[in-house]
Amino acid sequence: MHYSALKIFLEGLTGNRGWGRVWREPEPKPAYDIVIVGGGGHGLSTAFYLSNEFGLTNVAVLEKGWLGSGNIGRNTTIIRSNYLLEGNQPFYELSMKLWEGLEQSFNYNAMVSQRGILNLYHSDGQRDAFARRGNAMRMTGAGAELLDRAQLEKMVPFLDYENARFPIKGALYQPRGGTVRHDAVAWGYARGADRKGVDILQNCEVTGFDIADGTCTGVQTSRGAIRAKKIVVCAAGSSSRVMSLAGMRLPIESHVLQAFVSEGLKPVIPGVITFGAGHFYISQSDKGGLVFGGDIDGYNTYAQRGNLPVVEDVCEGGMAVMPMIGRARLLRMWGGVMDMSMDGSPFIDRTHIGGLYFNGGWCYGGFKATPASGYCTAHLLAKDEPHPVAAAYRLDRFRRGVPIDEKGAGAQPNLH
Amino acid sequence: MIIDHPLLGPRDAAEFVVKGDASLIDRPDGLAEGAGDAFHDYLHLRDNPAGVHRELWYHEHGDRSWLVVTRNTLTHEVLKVELARDAARARGRSR
Amino acid sequence: MSQPFRLAGGLTDRSRPLVFRFNGTVLQGYHGDTLASALLANGQRLVGRSFKYHRPRGILTAGPEEPNALVQLGTGPAQEPNTRATVTELYDGLEATSQNHRGPLEWDLLSVNDWLAPFLSAGFYYKTFMWPKSFWEKLYEPMIRAAAGLGQLSGAPDPDVYDHGFLHCDLLVTGAGPAGLEAALTAGRAGARVILADEDFRLGGRLNAETYEIDGMAGADWARAAEAELATMDNVRILPRTTIYGAFDHGVHGALERRTDHLPGANGKPRQILWRIYAKRALLCAGATERSCAFANNDRPGVMLAGAVRAYVNRFGVAPGKRVAILTNNDDGRRTARDLQAQGIAIAAVVDTRDGAAVVDTRGRKGLRSITLKSGRRILADCLAVSGGWSPNVHLTCHQRGRPVWRDDIAAFVPGPDLPPGMSVAGAANGALTLAAALKDGRDTATHIVGNLGFATSNPPALPKAEDEACAITPFWHVKGVKRAWVDLQNDVTTKDIAQSHREGFGSVEHLKRYTTLGMATDQGKTANVLGLAVLAEASGRTIPETGTTIFRPPYTPVPIGAFAGRARGKQFRPTRLPPSHAWAAENGASFVETGAWLRAEWYVRDGEKGWRDSVDREVRMTRESVGICDVSTLGKIDIQGRDAAEFLNRVYANPFLKLPVGRVRYGLMLREDGFVYDDGTTARLAETHYVMTTTTANAGLVFRELEFARQCLWPDLDVHLISVTDAWAQYAVAGPNARALLSKAVDDLDLSNDAFPFMACTACTVFGGTPARLFRISFSGELAYEVAVPSRYGDAMIRGLMQAGEEFGAVPYGTEALSVMRIEKGHAAGAELNGQTTARQLGLGRMVAQTKDAIGTVLSQRPGMTGDGDLRLMGLRPVDRSRQLNAGAHILNPGDQADLAHDQGWITSVAWSPTFGHSIGLGFVRNGQDRLGETVRAYDPVRGKDTPVEIVSPHFYDPEGARQRG
Repeated sequence: MHYSALKIFLEGLTGNRGWGRVWREPEPKPAYDIVIVGGGGHGLSTAFYLSNEFGLTNVAVLEKGWLGSGNIGRNTTIIRSNYLLEGNQPFYELSMKLWEGLEQSFNYNAMVSQRGILNLYHSDGQRDAFARRGNAMRMTGAGAELLDRAQLEKMVPFLDYENARFPIKGALYQPRGGTVRHDAVAWGYARGADRKGVDILQNCEVTGFDIADGTCTGVQTSRGAIRAKKIVVCAAGSSSRVMSLAGMRLPIESHVLQAFVSEGLKPVIPGVITFGAGHFYISQSDKGGLVFGGDIDGYNTYAQRGNLPVVEDVCEGGMAVMPMIGRARLLRMWGGVMDMSMDGSPFIDRTHIGGLYFNGGWCYGGFKATPASGYCTAHLLAKDEPHPVAAAYRLDRFRRGVPIDEKGAGAQPNLH
Repeated sequence: MIIDHPLLGPRDAAEFVVKGDASLIDRPDGLAEGAGDAFHDYLHLRDNPAGVHRELWYHEHGDRSWLVVTRNTLTHEVLKVELARDAARARGRSR
Repeated sequence: MSQPFRLAGGLTDRSRPLVFRFNGTVLQGYHGDTLASALLANGQRLVGRSFKYHRPRGILTAGPEEPNALVQLGTGPAQEPNTRATVTELYDGLEATSQNHRGPLEWDLLSVNDWLAPFLSAGFYYKTFMWPKSFWEKLYEPMIRAAAGLGQLSGAPDPDVYDHGFLHCDLLVTGAGPAGLEAALTAGRAGARVILADEDFRLGGRLNAETYEIDGMAGADWARAAEAELATMDNVRILPRTTIYGAFDHGVHGALERRTDHLPGANGKPRQILWRIYAKRALLCAGATERSCAFANNDRPGVMLAGAVRAYVNRFGVAPGKRVAILTNNDDGRRTARDLQAQGIAIAAVVDTRDGAAVVDTRGRKGLRSITLKSGRRILADCLAVSGGWSPNVHLTCHQRGRPVWRDDIAAFVPGPDLPPGMSVAGAANGALTLAAALKDGRDTATHIVGNLGFATSNPPALPKAEDEACAITPFWHVKGVKRAWVDLQNDVTTKDIAQSHREGFGSVEHLKRYTTLGMATDQGKTANVLGLAVLAEASGRTIPETGTTIFRPPYTPVPIGAFAGRARGKQFRPTRLPPSHAWAAENGASFVETGAWLRAEWYVRDGEKGWRDSVDREVRMTRESVGICDVSTLGKIDIQGRDAAEFLNRVYANPFLKLPVGRVRYGLMLREDGFVYDDGTTARLAETHYVMTTTTANAGLVFRELEFARQCLWPDLDVHLISVTDAWAQYAVAGPNARALLSKAVDDLDLSNDAFPFMACTACTVFGGTPARLFRISFSGELAYEVAVPSRYGDAMIRGLMQAGEEFGAVPYGTEALSVMRIEKGHAAGAELNGQTTARQLGLGRMVAQTKDAIGTVLSQRPGMTGDGDLRLMGLRPVDRSRQLNAGAHILNPGDQADLAHDQGWITSVAWSPTFGHSIGLGFVRNGQDRLGETVRAYDPVRGKDTPVEIVSPHFYDPEGARQRG
């Protein structure tokens, strides 16, 4: 079924009774060419690009719960390609380009909205660090502008320029940054993969890997054994749990990142704004809710919820930078479990076990990476060599001494 | 969260800073053969269990004790709190 | 200002009339009214418009669950969007306006959406607006955004003050209805420390809304008496107007107390207080919320929940209509009829679905006019009281991911077995839906809890007597039909949307929520979720418990962002640390800059200086020519003592530290365990077992933390102790050729000659006639320099003394900018170079890392990626055309190379205009820089529109041999 305004019109006239399933609900087959463990954003986009770009359709996506129940449905929907390091920036720029053509490529409106992202700076040192980053962005074609205070004030007059503890001196601006309707990304990828014949299996939890002689030949699941030539785990948030079934320990800890949404309000925040002197970022959804967040709670956890100190810290940041939001009410708070890696950067790599691949370690940056992550993972699976922009995301980079540490925080996950 | 400090009693978790897995106590011998691999694993690889986890908390806004907190990462239930110094000695660390 | 719907009786104070405005119309109510009851008293049934279809909406409930009656309160900076009229206490001068309409409320232009409804079904926006591509950003989305949202922020800073507070108790009772009051009385009488919180301004819960009797008196009077008894107990704290909005780990509860929202103005007092309550035990007595039924056009103003109808009649003395029909699936219907009749209100019909009857449609565009029964009969009615049964308020039990369980006998979810630790539930919240059962449950549960806590409950008075009224229910969820029947009123989710969502495969409850937005509105689906689940169950042919459950996240009701932030905003966002010379600096023309938590002098303005560069150039020049003084107290200072202090230092610094003699200072380079540079500073050995370490300003706390980690966790038996003394010592750098002469006047009886006190010497001494001090001969500026430290309490006197002593030399104070210029001239690394991503080798300090010892970071600093060829190296850079300015953040490119990251050769970290050399200079990391001295490369800075040829030179621009600092 192709979605279009005409289809909506015709369905509207006939009581909306003709809409079929967005994706099928097949029974697992005994074997596939490729099995993807994890029906979140990255697993589904991997399935989509495998089937739509690399011609591999004998593929299954195994999801332990309901599709999109992980971080794809729990994030703050921001997209951007404003990274600093050579290992990261080209990858995120590929992702941005894929976002820009996404809706047409999967015929689903995920509401990619490039209203711009502003990273505020509050000191000369921070300005210079942003200049370095902005220049790196320019060098990958991502686009960036370094705004001074006057330029910024024109764009967002409601910030606390006069009374701020840390004066707002300007911002790094990426006009192409923005937001995307997160759930729709999962549904759109699922639909696009399903239409090519990929089996999406919900309520199918992996309980073990079949490994013999250093090679993985299949998985045990709550819905029976499934054989596969290649298996990739895309289960960020649960990576350590899943990979421990294959006997692997990862350079990853699980942490909770909280997110918040306010009651619906008439448009007041133009794009995405991040505070540079505290932990706070904000955007406004198409429905009018202020969507905002800040730092991780800082302790290892698999519980999808956080605690009050961070809630207060985030709101303090919000009030410090834009005190007009004081009377907006926080409607809902929730938490997602992050794969926090040792350098704040992800992994897309083979493992030492033949046939077993790993995609994870996305920290709190996984959403914006969704298209490129799927594309590069599909590339790795289909061609057995890494896509050039994801070549740095190797598991052995700590052994080799080439971490991709954007913040320079060192090998402590909760500092990234 | 509340951490029941062995010397000071129950304290709000906001007074603490978390470092991570208590296995960071087990620093390898840097002069031993194969120290490179040992340090790589020590510093980077984690069990990261969903369940009982022993972890290091530092009472930064308090008495500056490092604590080993045994906590369930699924429920956040705190099962045990020890002074890290005692835990380190129990792991055979000395000078 | 008549109130045509006002009845006799109720709990409002008729002697205290209040005047308020709704959409500009002046109306009257009474003290004790809510905005909703006052609007109804005035016959104002149309209150707002729905989110999507812009349907006319009225008042559905009398409590926090209200989905429809949201108004904008006040005007100007204090204007408050999305305020529920049903919980807004009326005050004199209150101004409310309706929301979400274009044009007047009665004639909303966007109600055209209602006619387009067939084309706006669940998720329609995911399937269209994709062609042509460019129209989404330019046309479709801006249109959607402009239409979305309900109320409006003013755009001005919130003018009010919010406080934070902390409370501790044995038992927190949430909800002061019959169960909560009885529980609080029980625990209070036993001597436990009790906090009783209720979101309402009047304690009693449903006792105020119903015509119950307890112990022979009116329920509301019993509540009053209970409150009076509790008020006499020192161990009980009553918090009315306080919502427990969340249950967090380990008994921590979040509470929001509204202090002045019910008053005409805050008068400088906090508007609200956000309490963090530490409760050993918690007892949830939050009552239950009534639900509606889904039938065609069930959303019109005038369609209300039956319990709300009774609340308006009994508590507020307001008739919700002149002719009221009743739709019920349970025994509450009879109660509603009885209460209405007692007030002389006409009953149009009682439609009991248990008799097979049902309402199948309604009429009345802006207010209910009639209902249509299954039989086709139309009955005139201006109000329909609907009772679909009660859902226990399990919200707080879900905040730690507990899942409620279904109870068939009351057709409702009750708290499940996995409650937050320490929490119990009693009364209607626990499924005890009759008054007698609620009282008993409150009593019994509280008795059990305080017993567990070790309090005795001997000789309690007899349990209050109350009726055990019938509450039998036969579930009835929805009337099937072709017209739209609403489930989530605010977000306009109908039974059709749910059925379609199921057809499209969004069959799990979570998918349903996300696809249809059911339960995502400001009321979080309090009246809608169970109904939605039931409709989904019906569509999928499953039972409700098979279909799923409803869980809730914090907060229970929305909490202002301002309340969460409290007083941490504006200048008070974070504490400000002031160095000891701050007052003196302020008197002497300092301009200040925020550096982390500190406020430091960046330069000192003198008469005739036209800009900051004039000041900084003068400070540098005078320091290099004569002498300058800088407050360096912000550097971290750590006192290290013990027999093993030397051993300890040798393990935490990468360079050797075992052989530092007493009376000497050494530069120390600290790595992280991953081998990258963490921090640097100096450590002085003051005595055999006594050292003092300095760290960078930024890392003072972090380094101390890591040192304590090493001390307590890695080498617990080393005899070494650490104290942070950053705040204990005021420290001043005295730098320049005349530094010795100046200090000779300040320091008592000490030979400062180069032989007696050479470069890198240190000693304890006294200054200005006996003040204890420490003197270090170290230099960051590259000049002959000292740092002199005195206890902080003498810091102010010290700067004044030093400046006075320096007068004859023309001594200048210098700020952070001059400090930075001089360190760049000298080639010292600072924050921009020590950014956590660099190695000792890249900083040109590779040889300092001793390979013969096991110090923190030594092993991993030798990984191949950190020692290989093609590495970055910190170099000096200067513009080929000396008149051009450099910018930090510019990337380095080889001439002729393409400007992409693959050809990146490094970047500029720090720049300064050097008054010493008369041109701009910079430091930066350059690939293989050490082998490229004299090469010309590009400083590529497109974000500032610059591309400058620069020459690679040694980072040590100034006095590379160090003769001056040793002189």
